[in-house]
Amino acid sequence: MEPVWEWFRWLYDAHGIKLTIFFDEWDRGRFLNGIWTTIHLSFVAILLSIAVGIVGAWLQMSYLVWVRRIVEGYIQFFRNTPPLIQLYFFYFAVDSALSDSFGITGGVMGSYGWAVVSLSFFAGAFNVEIFRAGVEAVPRSTIEAADSLGYTRLQVYRYVTLPLAFRVCLPALNNNLINLVKTTTVAYAIAVPETLYISNQIWSDEYNVFEMMNVVWVVYIVLVGCLVWFMYRWEASIRIPGYGQ
Amino acid sequence: MNATTWSADKPIVSLRDVHKSFGDLEVLKGISLDVMKGEVICIIGPSGSGKSTLIRCINALNDIQAGSITVEGQEVHDPRLDKLELRRKVGIVFQQYNLFPHKTALENVMMAPVLVLRQNRSDVEDRARALIRKVRLEGKEDNYPGELSGGQQQRVAIARALAMNPNVMLFDEVTAALDPETVKEVLVTIKELAAEGMTCILVTHEMGFAREIADHIYFTDGGVIVEHGPPATFFDNAQDPRTQEFLSQIL
Repeated sequence: MEPVWEWFRWLYDAHGIKLTIFFDEWDRGRFLNGIWTTIHLSFVAILLSIAVGIVGAWLQMSYLVWVRRIVEGYIQFFRNTPPLIQLYFFYFAVDSALSDSFGITGGVMGSYGWAVVSLSFFAGAFNVEIFRAGVEAVPRSTIEAADSLGYTRLQVYRYVTLPLAFRVCLPALNNNLINLVKTTTVAYAIAVPETLYISNQIWSDEYNVFEMMNVVWVVYIVLVGCLVWFMYRWEASIRIPGYGQ
Repeated sequence: MNATTWSADKPIVSLRDVHKSFGDLEVLKGISLDVMKGEVICIIGPSGSGKSTLIRCINALNDIQAGSITVEGQEVHDPRLDKLELRRKVGIVFQQYNLFPHKTALENVMMAPVLVLRQNRSDVEDRARALIRKVRLEGKEDNYPGELSGGQQQRVAIARALAMNPNVMLFDEVTAALDPETVKEVLVTIKELAAEGMTCILVTHEMGFAREIADHIYFTDGGVIVEHGPPATFFDNAQDPRTQEFLSQIL
């Protein structure tokens, strides 16, 4: 890789384009860590938000009115408030409230932990709605067939409703997960060392805002591109021959 | 009569004065009938006469407001009833097949015995393959429902219901959605089943088939049984004017 780094040093020397993240080892290290943090944060929040969506959509079919109301309240709250405020709420208010009531000094979780929680709840609220739309698209008669074979409600959901609902709602889920990856940048506000936060540190140290802004664009385009590619592959791999085409 | 006192000389399915309403609309207005083990009965009648509702009440897919339905002496609409116990005894095949579209033919047949009855997977697979051969779909085991014709899907649905080893089979207008040329293959399958001694309750519009296969025909109209009898008497010597009119329109 040395010649590549040298080329970027030459680019700076000859043309003044200052991409220190390539030729400066310290900047390179922290920038890669920033990208890794973004990937990590996105990945964990994606998985948790999908879990929230699956469980939430199940609870919305509950016979108990108050269970459905709690889920509905959760959705409305997290869908209609800014993610940055949600993040502050968890990091500052919830953390200190929990610390006080359980007598924990130094906070319950660090900024990364609260970013995961906050983003999972944020994207999860949308996922519940997305999965519910998928669940409602599964024909009543298919569920009835499972019912007539003696499946329990949970078995019907797990083996029939959910696999079919998933295929219906993948495009909408796709959108929401892209949105989630982009929203991880709010973690900047509570000093999670993700891509944007690190980039800001670098451009403050190196006075190369213009270069770093372009790098940040590229990083997010590539990250979201990978996610989209993966989701399309997934969609194709679970396509059922002769169904829904 | 309860389950412990039931014996094969008593009706396996028995309906007594069954009433069923959807809201204000009363669909079944006092239906009574008995089915003995190994008997094949056909329920015929005009659309909207409550035939499908009737058959769906027998395995508790629909509830009833009054009366009694027993299967092997067990009250179906007893809230304490173990639904799983009922549903392993009573299989149903639907008009629209209702296969699981994301599972292959073989998996459709295997799922319930594995998940619901918790039977050994490889035993279930052997039985499922045998059932698929029985409904003449050998070679289609790994096809998805979307790759099969209506008649083939319906035969998978029959195999799926049989995989639970039911004592009674319900057929709810199983040929109504099929192309004329595939109706026959499904009827042949049902006929073989009946010949093996399976207790069958069919809702059907196939009069020729009903005449050939049924031990007893029930004609329903407006939520009541208007007339019933063995096929020969029923078709050739119908007494009630409503039956006569219905038969004259379709025969």
